Amino acid sequence: MIWQIDLLLLTLVVICGVTTIFLKDLLAATLVFSVYSFLMCLLWAEMGAVDVAFTEATVGAGVSTMLFIATILRTTRRSKD
Amino acid sequence: MKRIALISTLFAGALLIWGTRDFPSWGDPNAPASRHVSPTYIERTVEETHIPNAVTSVLGDYRGYDTMFETVVIFCAGIVVISVLRRPDA
Amino acid sequence: MKTDHSLPQDRPIGPSLIIEVGVRIMIPFIQLFGLYVIAHGHYSPGGGFQGGVVLGASFILMAIAFDLKTSLRFFSLRANAVMASSGVFIYTGTGVLCALVGGMFLDYSALDAILTLGPVEWRSMGVFIVELGVGLAVTAIMASLFWDLSSGGDMDKGL
Repeated sequence: MIWQIDLLLLTLVVICGVTTIFLKDLLAATLVFSVYSFLMCLLWAEMGAVDVAFTEATVGAGVSTMLFIATILRTTRRSKD
Repeated sequence: MKRIALISTLFAGALLIWGTRDFPSWGDPNAPASRHVSPTYIERTVEETHIPNAVTSVLGDYRGYDTMFETVVIFCAGIVVISVLRRPDA
Repeated sequence: MKTDHSLPQDRPIGPSLIIEVGVRIMIPFIQLFGLYVIAHGHYSPGGGFQGGVVLGASFILMAIAFDLKTSLRFFSLRANAVMASSGVFIYTGTGVLCALVGGMFLDYSALDAILTLGPVEWRSMGVFIVELGVGLAVTAIMASLFWDLSSGGDMDKGL
């Protein structure tokens, strides 16, 4: 654990999480959520949980982003509120 | 309504952050989580299962039920999506 | 924030030579890496779930870069359903087989009664068989999730 890297990653995680909530464009929110997943992957890897980091990188940043994008392109891109 | 939501969110978040003061420090070998069953798994994985990676042996052998129902959950998700979305004439 | 509300249908997206050639080169390596992750889960990070997701992502990449029909040509719907079901069946069947030959459910060392390898070696082999089942199921389910969500259920055209 290097606390500088930790601080940077955690700050970016919080920023990405809040941005995901407040974005009105769902496609942009999905991409920011993908960035969030990848930062979480870096955080897991930095804590030594390589297996969880691998799962997060493949499922969170890879496949679930593609499923979100497929769903958005099939439904609507604008959020209601 | 939005103000109440914001206040309750901030309150719950502050409670959670306050709760982290009781956590053991990171990687503490005397933490309750790493004193219960982890030493047994780490010490006896190789001689009991011949798997050098302790994560794989815990997931596949010692906690086999967990992985089995994880697979069943993913299978159920796929079946639900197929049965909701897929049309029979495709 | 400025948003773009145009439907995806009126954006001109045609086949791109660069993407097609790049993906054509990438997909075998991605699939090889997925198989490696499944098979090498005993020694390195990874296992059935991660390797299965990587393998499924290769078919998703095929469906994005070319067409949904192209990925269906390499991985038919029937093979998909058979793979998903047989993956779960391999896992639970291994557990039931352990119980049938005299051990407890999912106690792989009982499989020594079928083929004598030694109970410890059978626990290693049992984990490998089980990971193989997880990998098969996850590969098929990930690909079919993307096909269904991107085409809305009728498998004619994807994104």
